[in-house]
Amino acid sequence: MENVGVKDNYMLIQRIKSIGCFIVCILLAAICLVPLWVMVCNATHDRFHLSTNPINFLPGGDFAVNYYNISKGEMAQFPDFNVWTGYLNSLIIAGCSTVLTVFFSAMTAYGLTVYNFKVRDTAYTIILAVMMIPVQVTSTGFVQFMVGTLGLANSYIPLILPAIAAPAVVFYMRQYMKSSFPLDIVEAARIDGCGEFRTFLSIAIPMCKPAIAVQSIFAFVQNWNNYYTQNMIILSDTDRYTMPIMIQNVLGQDKHPDAGAQYAAVALSVIPIVIIYLALSKFIVGGVALGGVKE
Amino acid sequence: MASTAQSRIKSISYAKYGYMFIAPFFIVYAFFQIWPLINTFILSFYGNGDAASEFVALENYQTLLFGGDGRRERALNDTFFQSFINTVILWVGNFVPQIFLSLLLAIWFTDSKLHIPGQGAFKVIMYLPNIITAVSVAALFMRFISNNETSAANQILANMGNEAIKFENDPAWSRGIVMFIQTWMWFGNTMIMMMSGILGINPSLFEAANIDGASSGQVLRKITLPLLKPMVVYTLITSMIGGLQMFDIPFLYHTAQGDIKDHLRTVAVFIYEQFRVGNNVHSPQYGIAGAASIMLFIVTAILGIFVFRMNRDQDEARKKKERKELVKEYKRQQKLAKMGGID
Repeated sequence: MENVGVKDNYMLIQRIKSIGCFIVCILLAAICLVPLWVMVCNATHDRFHLSTNPINFLPGGDFAVNYYNISKGEMAQFPDFNVWTGYLNSLIIAGCSTVLTVFFSAMTAYGLTVYNFKVRDTAYTIILAVMMIPVQVTSTGFVQFMVGTLGLANSYIPLILPAIAAPAVVFYMRQYMKSSFPLDIVEAARIDGCGEFRTFLSIAIPMCKPAIAVQSIFAFVQNWNNYYTQNMIILSDTDRYTMPIMIQNVLGQDKHPDAGAQYAAVALSVIPIVIIYLALSKFIVGGVALGGVKE
Repeated sequence: MASTAQSRIKSISYAKYGYMFIAPFFIVYAFFQIWPLINTFILSFYGNGDAASEFVALENYQTLLFGGDGRRERALNDTFFQSFINTVILWVGNFVPQIFLSLLLAIWFTDSKLHIPGQGAFKVIMYLPNIITAVSVAALFMRFISNNETSAANQILANMGNEAIKFENDPAWSRGIVMFIQTWMWFGNTMIMMMSGILGINPSLFEAANIDGASSGQVLRKITLPLLKPMVVYTLITSMIGGLQMFDIPFLYHTAQGDIKDHLRTVAVFIYEQFRVGNNVHSPQYGIAGAASIMLFIVTAILGIFVFRMNRDQDEARKKKERKELVKEYKRQQKLAKMGGID
């Protein structure tokens, strides 16, 4: 009988502990969500309401007014802000970069895994070594070369083409291929008369789909969010402004800002990426630890 | 038939395809990364603004590190050192709470004795801030709390009849806010890294500890933390490299255009300012920016060497060692045989 009592006691302690942990988790989750929820609610109130109630936990009905003010108001507060141009430009850059990153990284990883050639190990070592070079270090030379020497200011080329070389993605793809891409398949394909490039396209790529899916999501988010490089290259052409640059301009309106319109602009920039994230959260959360490189 | 084909294929060299597959990566990398890096190095020895074509040797480095006679040189020297100190302060201030929170949560989420409902949802929610554009995050928090009289915090103060506070001008407030935003954005990411580290520990160790009657505290101190050490060190160093690059939030946390605060200027912001802020767009200070970049590169490279060693296939390193030992063993045997066997 005594034993049962001890067990009950133990269970009770674990129970209490679990509840304590649960409460802390709820608090942290609330800290993560409340700013975003307030943002959405504030975006639906006009500036007069916001000046008396600056924090709202319930949505209002003035989103149309705010949207009108950011996009095409008579005295447009933010002439550089056009949410659809922003979406389109960001989509072009992020979409093209993602396709290039994933395809060429898979190709490089395939070359490093399947073939045995003299400089293979050296090449892989170089890729590992350059993985840690931050973009900030090369930015001076980059901007001088691209804008100064080649005259590519406002061009998308310096924003999209570099995506071909993504060392971290190559590293990840190679790890994946080493563990789940049997080399016998390549040999079998050769015997059947399949060309090398076709083997890669129609056998290796379909077999690496899980890795490609995860890396695509990350590459897309990273490029969509990249403000540093975009702001370095896109200097003056407002038609080519991407979403982060537009938001930065909205932020810079310090003289009598329309708070409702600003909230609306920020909310519009955040919502698509949040929807994508929630839809694909399973892959994203699973893939974070595998990517392994922090910004 | 098949065997002849097989042997024929084995005799063909496929090396050239290997080069073809990796060529695009290296060509693009050389053009967009290696050359800019070398270019940065070259630029750091040349003048600034209108004097960009003038070779000045180490003058830029001297200005940044030791100042000089002119007022401009002294100001640059002060700003550079201040930016380095700011970077360290901001990094420590966001890393400590971040690692504490993420370790705590990772340990709770992986503890089989605790039953926390909705773990999956918590993970998704806590990682959410990391996915949002940093510029939007900065804009959002600027609306909540900033110098602006219409920011939520100042509105609330005004409604209560208080004066507006210049949050950006106060080092403690503004640094605290930036640290909070950074922690808010990154703790979910670190937590998931830590969880994968804990899940990588052999579960039979936990089982054995449970059978032996170890308490949660003992398991934590004697098993989880010691075995998690490599993961924590890895996170520490990658986060340090990330911290050295800290840019978006400190760069954007100011209301008036181009009014970057002295106590928020990190090294990355300092470099960026030299060619992208105010008048510097038209007369870029490439020399100063280059010299600062190269110094940042050296610090990053030293840290990067540690990560590089951890990333290298540990399997392959071990195999190499084993191979070496086999060769040694073989040589020893040969020697013994020569000497006439075992004595």
